[in-house]
Amino acid sequence: MNRLRKNRRQSQHHWQDILRRRLSPRTFLQRHAQVAFDSLGRLYRNWVASSMTAAVIAIALAMPSGLYLLLGNLERLSGSWDGQASLSVFLQHGITDDKARALAAQVRTWSGVGSVQLITPAQALQEFGQQSGFADVLGVLEENPLPFVLIVLPAGDSIDPAAASALRERFSELPETALAQLDLQWVQRLAAIVDIAQRVILIISALLALAVMLVIGNTIRLEIQNRRDEILVTKLIGATNGFVRRPFLYGGIWYGVLGALLAWLVVEAGFWLLSEPVSRLAGLYHSDFSLETLPLQLLGVLLAGGTVLGLLGSWLAVGRHLAAIEPT
Amino acid sequence: MIRFTNVSKRYPGGFEALSNINFHMEKGVMAFLTGHSGAGKSTLLKLVALIEYATRGQVFVDGENVTRLGKRRIPYIRRKIGFIFQEHHLLFDRTVFDNVALPLIIAGYRHQEIGRRVRAALDKLGLLSKERLYPITLSGGEQQRVGIARAVVNKPMLLLADEPTGNLDPELSREIMSLFSLFNDVGVSVLIASHDIPLIETLDYPVLSLDQGRLTHSAAGAA
Repeated sequence: MNRLRKNRRQSQHHWQDILRRRLSPRTFLQRHAQVAFDSLGRLYRNWVASSMTAAVIAIALAMPSGLYLLLGNLERLSGSWDGQASLSVFLQHGITDDKARALAAQVRTWSGVGSVQLITPAQALQEFGQQSGFADVLGVLEENPLPFVLIVLPAGDSIDPAAASALRERFSELPETALAQLDLQWVQRLAAIVDIAQRVILIISALLALAVMLVIGNTIRLEIQNRRDEILVTKLIGATNGFVRRPFLYGGIWYGVLGALLAWLVVEAGFWLLSEPVSRLAGLYHSDFSLETLPLQLLGVLLAGGTVLGLLGSWLAVGRHLAAIEPT
Repeated sequence: MIRFTNVSKRYPGGFEALSNINFHMEKGVMAFLTGHSGAGKSTLLKLVALIEYATRGQVFVDGENVTRLGKRRIPYIRRKIGFIFQEHHLLFDRTVFDNVALPLIIAGYRHQEIGRRVRAALDKLGLLSKERLYPITLSGGEQQRVGIARAVVNKPMLLLADEPTGNLDPELSREIMSLFSLFNDVGVSVLIASHDIPLIETLDYPVLSLDQGRLTHSAAGAA
């Protein structure tokens, strides 16, 4: 009870102290700007060591962001391919050539249908004969056993298994249809591969983010040790923990920001180096595909990530080591 | 200004640095704390500065019981106190001006105000021409005066000095002591730990004597 009252009284005092500090918002900002500037100046004065730290951070940030961009490009590429989930609609036996063509023309107008290709039994037989090498055997058949087939591609270039399934339903309800088969397998495979790649990149990102935090934390820890005397003196003349902490937190943020800027340069340079051979390869496939890096978004994400990781890393070091430095 | 009631300090390991100290130093008083090394002078100052805590008894600074003060409150009590150390604890990577400005920056003064106060303090200590120099280029006496400027720039109510003349020759020591008298004249309470008995005897201030952790003698004014 007594203790409670004492705590309350002390925290009251604490707030009085803070209010008494006559910190106008302007002074507050001025001080933060000054501390931030001082911390940057400190990095500049030890520019060899700082730039090595920033380079390590940059590499750790560039790896996952570069991989993520590559994956984004891969998805875009697979989306633009005309190998969407295609639907094979086998028509009933006995449907005449005219009727099949009329049906093909009709379904072409359906919404959700991109293109329709009609394969006649004769074409199918010839193709099968070529591919299977059974042409001689097939020649023995009195009558072509193969039906008309409609190869239907869904509209749009996105891979949407649900829409493709709905389309299959619609085709199987036609009286002329014997069987509507959706070849989802490769779509699902690709989706699964992209999924795995995303997970892998997520794991790599998490590990490298941790690495960035540890690198910054360790750098700040060394700096705290180097500035031990200064910390002792400032504490002795009335510096709060917040005051002592601030330059180190800003230092951590600067490391993160510098690392992010460097990482951005690394990724942009890497993609620039890749862009020419990729375009050449795409050209061989008659595609005008080219790598996209979204430079501004990338810069924004890297800067935000670098700032947060820098702050967290230095917070780790500061929390652990500053409390241990008390005047004796 | 400072009141000790039945204060004892025992360090881990059992060494009792102070035993049952009672004294009261009034506001505006200047006093000396003497005793040979190991007598507990530094420990007494550390209790006032909240660097150490009393094992028994109570310590009051400026009317506030600081015996079991919460950690968050400590900085604000310390800002009422100016410290002067034997080895002055200046920061060698910044100029005289920036060293002296430190307490004001910590306390959150405005930029213009800091410049004004720092120059006033440096002027008072005859260091105005040295404000842009680094402490390493100054003589021992000048470094000590920079330390004093830093201690007084915040206009503290209380000055604590631990062997401020320990490394100085008699001439400089007298000069430093007269500086303390000057601050005392404008109402600052001053407590100086020193074993320079010959110097202290030439000055007419109350003396607290410590011997093996006990207060053996407290002269008038500091009773």
